[in-house]
Amino acid sequence: MDWVWTHLDLISGETLAHIGLSVPPIVIGLLVSIPLGYWASRSAVARSVLLTVGNILYTIPALALVVLVPVVLGLSLLNPLNVVAALTIYAVAIMVRSAADAFASVSADVRESATAQGYSASQRFFRVELPLAGPVLLAGVRVVSVSTISLVTIGALVGIPSLGSFFTDGFQRAFPLEVAVGFVLVLVLAAVFDVVLTLLGWALLPWNRGARLTASAARVLSQPQPSSAGVP
Amino acid sequence: MLLLQGIAWIFDPAHWVSVNSGLGIGGEIVSHLFYTVLSVAVAAIIAVPIGLAIGHTGRGRGVAILIGNVVRAFPTLGLLAILLLLLGFGLLPTLVVFVLLGIPPLLAGAYAGVESVDRQTVDAARAMGMTEWQVLTKVELPLAAPLLLGGLRSSTLQVIATVALVSEFGSDSLGAFIISGAATQDYVEMIAGSILVTVLALLADALLAGAQRLTVPRGVPRGVGGRTTARGRRILTAPSGAPISEGN
Amino acid sequence: MAIEFRHVSKTFPDGTTAVEDFSLTIPSHETTVFVGSSGCGKTTLLRMINRMVDPSSGSILIDGQDISGIPPVGLRRSIGYVMQNSGLLPHRTVADNVATVPMLTGVPKRKAREDALALLDRVGLDRGLAKRYPAQLSGGQQQRVGVARGLAVDPNILLMDEPFCAVDPIVRDELQQELLRLQGTLGKTVVFVTHDIDEAFLLGNQVVILQRGGRVAQVGTPKQILADPANEFVADFIGAKRGKRRLTAEVAASGDDVLLVDAAGYAAGVITAPGGRLELAAAGTGPKSRSVSNKTDQAGDA
Repeated sequence: MDWVWTHLDLISGETLAHIGLSVPPIVIGLLVSIPLGYWASRSAVARSVLLTVGNILYTIPALALVVLVPVVLGLSLLNPLNVVAALTIYAVAIMVRSAADAFASVSADVRESATAQGYSASQRFFRVELPLAGPVLLAGVRVVSVSTISLVTIGALVGIPSLGSFFTDGFQRAFPLEVAVGFVLVLVLAAVFDVVLTLLGWALLPWNRGARLTASAARVLSQPQPSSAGVP
Repeated sequence: MLLLQGIAWIFDPAHWVSVNSGLGIGGEIVSHLFYTVLSVAVAAIIAVPIGLAIGHTGRGRGVAILIGNVVRAFPTLGLLAILLLLLGFGLLPTLVVFVLLGIPPLLAGAYAGVESVDRQTVDAARAMGMTEWQVLTKVELPLAAPLLLGGLRSSTLQVIATVALVSEFGSDSLGAFIISGAATQDYVEMIAGSILVTVLALLADALLAGAQRLTVPRGVPRGVGGRTTARGRRILTAPSGAPISEGN
Repeated sequence: MAIEFRHVSKTFPDGTTAVEDFSLTIPSHETTVFVGSSGCGKTTLLRMINRMVDPSSGSILIDGQDISGIPPVGLRRSIGYVMQNSGLLPHRTVADNVATVPMLTGVPKRKAREDALALLDRVGLDRGLAKRYPAQLSGGQQQRVGVARGLAVDPNILLMDEPFCAVDPIVRDELQQELLRLQGTLGKTVVFVTHDIDEAFLLGNQVVILQRGGRVAQVGTPKQILADPANEFVADFIGAKRGKRRLTAEVAASGDDVLLVDAAGYAAGVITAPGGRLELAAAGTGPKSRSVSNKTDQAGDA
């Protein structure tokens, strides 16, 4: 345990790097998948195409995606942005499905009554559909959050620093403590993010407080979450 | 363009025999497949009976979901590192990790599959005089097959991806090209390796998706599980896809 | 085969008492109907006969033999069971569905399938449906297949759990008539559960009106119950209190059929007298002499 105290700088540095790599994919993933998911919920063709593409992208193992993305985008192979880009793609692939389900779960009756009362289309979207889709969207974001934080570690294999560096480094030095520290911190981060997201949901979705999960949200949360190797 | 160079690297026959005085593409593919098939098979032998039992009896579901989610939250790289350090190197410890990670999707596919079967159908089968075993094999299994295959698909992809990582820890797999390419800054090798891993994953997925489609029992239209119409008539449908695939 | 319930009670693990001290003899070769609102225990009682549910106390005897000593699987294979939503196996063809139990009991596949076709005839289905799957059939057709399946092993006892309630009224009517016709030729011991009193009166030789906890409010033939409701509950249940069962004849112009109206003045039907007008007692005599039982042979609707 001495190692921990003497290396606090290193540990906090990698943790911050890890957070820095995790947050953008989650946020961008959410923002991008909302309109895509809405489109998918309104059009069967869109749903079919988007979900198929999402499936294919999701099937590509994380390690490969982290290398292929910069090649396609023209970035340097050792740029940390590659990890962000690759994980954003994963996040969108997962979230589009949840978002589509979320918007589909807003009952047609509610939408029709909103229109009948005189909401314009965009008002209806922001004031009725988006809030009502909130719980399921939240469930999806929580899944994405855990998966992203886990997957960031893969970057260590191609030289991009994060908590994953403790895994490779610890292994090379046959130093289990270092690996364990990295492992625990990843889990702690995932838990913290989950709590923050839940609190955000609690604050932004007051009608949901204390309510039991909707069927769709429960379904999203109870499904096996994507693994940290980046597989469906 | 790097992508084209990567493809050219793959088609270079010399690379199929040996790369950097290590295994060539051929050898790595064989190794990768060997780990994958063996691990998924063992995982299936363990997970499927348990999952079927959970679905059939309705007990243990909460625990199974919890374990599944917890295991899947683990960073795979870290899991590999720590378990290999603690258990030692060699075939067995490596396989243990792969099997461990391959179990949750198969477990979920099994119990989700059994649970997706309309309870009334199961009740009717029992009321007709089928033994519990007959209910399981003649009714629940055929109707659960699509979701079960979905679990197999998820598990296989999970293991393929994990096996790719194991080159970091001294074993052979297609990931070796990516990892050693990163170490030597041989970008072409890295890209080639990525393409190979991707192609393997996509092929396996396509194959299993096709198999999944084949297991949908005749007469049961593919859809989103059974639903009841307003008058209480049940529309009999089979669920499609893996546990978190579309429409579920 | 006579079925006897002796002091049967059932309390479920979650504490609900579905049935309290129920005793009844169900005569063989007749249709006995359990009728009551939701929660009165009628389905529980039915499912005790084929041991889908076992009583907490008391015993059930079939032809004098206590069924708790008979292995459930064998018992179920000898009793026909028709459910509310047909319970057909979705991944088997219609013919295979009907042939399921015979094949379970060892009848060779080919013979079982042939017998299945004959059964389809018997329940009024076209043989062309034999190779279709349940999802391709209408609700009424599915229910008929369910009945055919229940008859497949030629059981002595046929259990029917609200089998016609999930189809529309016209189809329900057809199915009820089909059942009456079948009973006419086959004479099985049928135990039928429904919440619809009119269906009970139509189909039942013996009607058992149940209250919560499986308590018997009245047992009797439809005529007995209509003529003499045992208590307030029964009277209310059969509609007697709202005057639906108490019909008076309204004499219209001479030569016409006589119109029957209920106590609220709504038309309920007509009396057609063969070959002439019906002579009625003059006004001023007691109500009984002018009221007519609802269940005439012609009044199939009400």
